[in-house]
Amino acid sequence: MIIAVASGKGGTGKTTVATGLALALSESGQTVACLDCDVEAPNAHIFLNPAFEHRETVNQLIPEVDPDLCDGCGECADVCQFHAIVVLGGRTLVFPELCHGCGSCTLVCPHKAIREVPKAQGILEGGPAAGGGPLLAGIDFAQGLLNVGEPMAVPVISQLKKWRGLIDADIVILDSPPGASCPVVESLRGADFALLVTEPTPFGLHDLRLAVELTREIGIPAGVIVNRDGIGDAGVDEFCREAGVPILMRIPMDRRIAEALARGEALVEAFPEYLDRFRDLYDRIVEGVAS
Amino acid sequence: MKQLVILSGKGGTGKTSVTAAFAHLLAQETSPFRTVLADADVDASNLELVLSPEIILREDFRGGQIAAIDQDRCNACATCQDVCRFDAVLDDGEGGYKIDPLACDGCAACVYQCPEEAISMHDQVVGQWFRSESRYGPLFHAALRPAQENSGKLVTLVKQQARLLALDEGCDLVLVDGPPGIGCPVISAVSGADLALIVAEPTASGVHDMRRALETTNHFDVPAMVCINKADIYPEGAAGIEAFCQSEGIPVVGRVPFDTTVTGAMVEGQPVTVFQPDAPASRALRRVWDEVTARIEELSG
Repeated sequence: MIIAVASGKGGTGKTTVATGLALALSESGQTVACLDCDVEAPNAHIFLNPAFEHRETVNQLIPEVDPDLCDGCGECADVCQFHAIVVLGGRTLVFPELCHGCGSCTLVCPHKAIREVPKAQGILEGGPAAGGGPLLAGIDFAQGLLNVGEPMAVPVISQLKKWRGLIDADIVILDSPPGASCPVVESLRGADFALLVTEPTPFGLHDLRLAVELTREIGIPAGVIVNRDGIGDAGVDEFCREAGVPILMRIPMDRRIAEALARGEALVEAFPEYLDRFRDLYDRIVEGVAS
Repeated sequence: MKQLVILSGKGGTGKTSVTAAFAHLLAQETSPFRTVLADADVDASNLELVLSPEIILREDFRGGQIAAIDQDRCNACATCQDVCRFDAVLDDGEGGYKIDPLACDGCAACVYQCPEEAISMHDQVVGQWFRSESRYGPLFHAALRPAQENSGKLVTLVKQQARLLALDEGCDLVLVDGPPGIGCPVISAVSGADLALIVAEPTASGVHDMRRALETTNHFDVPAMVCINKADIYPEGAAGIEAFCQSEGIPVVGRVPFDTTVTGAMVEGQPVTVFQPDAPASRALRRVWDEVTARIEELSG
């Protein structure tokens, strides 16, 4: 079972839910893997306290032109859709920050003058995690980290989703980035269920609509968690009723929760009553996916 | 003409609430700047929910192209699947192949390698951008369709349009509400900015992501200032932010307290500074704005 936690709007509580679910299920004896796919701003590690044992670099292949073999014919520039390789005054120049690493230029070069060299875009790191408190959890955790200044998060997410620990896990929890564009799509691809975390405000509603539309576009069943329940208005409830998206859990607005999270404590550790609530949530997801 | 971008790293720290309050304060007669507004969070654009804009221009946004296979010409040789690095060529279940439009990166490698010339590229309308009149002046914003790529390109377009209008009309400032994260849409939002205000939450996650945001502004040589939102929810965190900023030489220009009025204002579709001008958050935001104004005036010489 692969569950992706997503939201549309940022800061609604994706990581609170993803880490809560991972800790609760792991503590009850399931083998759980948790991947932090928010590679631009990953925070799950703060709550899970992993011991990073494995590290790998995420590379993109960038063309490198051998000036001795290149005759400036420009076929590489003709096929590049991203203007990342151009011929100027007979010289072929590469702009790595525009390159998508597709390899098309290398394939078409009639003089075999292009070879591809790796350029680091980010890193993956992972290892066992058990939260920060007394729980007997044993989560296989990994996260991606996009290098500062690198635009493309998707290749880092894509390599993260092939992480070694996933093969043995009964349950995989993916903590997705906010938004509704390509990094979220990459995170959600292949998931069995999307848990959409929102807050009951006009901003939360606006972005939840987009997230629901996105899960429908990809074809993944979805349910909603209303976080900070009690603030704002009834718009999210009305929308979920009309759109036929089940609200699976509510977490009330409670300053004590906000303070615990601010200190870096996982919700289920600061408030152990949430252990059972997350296990119930999981059972309902399994029922929903099965039906 | 200067560009101020509001960023955060972490989502949901209050970028849009801060931007809306600034937009209100900028529209006052006493404001030293004439301003054009731009919402650069094209994935989840929320500024319009507060500024009730009237759209006066609506244009399609064509993102990158995607590939399509002509099944009549395809002989199922699988070359396309071999060359695609984005796992976008799928078995169609009938011995042939099809493109997954969500996975296709638009690189066209398959088009050039297909020996049967059976693959071609097609334009896609992936969103729209708008020029609007809002109650606080012109607003440029956009809506990327869910599941689409090229949000960075759309951000660049929105900012470019805002900038052109600002130049045409002799405005002094473009105020940009930025997206969360540090990747392509953020890089597009930061590029060309004269000043970044980072709205940080004093939480373990907020501090971590504020540092990533500061590394990003630093990488692109954009001077940054920090405003701490919900500053009293975890005073140790707020102190940590101040200590960090002091050691890095980054000015902390304000502490906005946790205040439910901010949510109330959002529900009413108003900036908090309009909804309840005397609320603690409104007072704090006016002080932040004074600091930011002084800094922009300094930059303008």
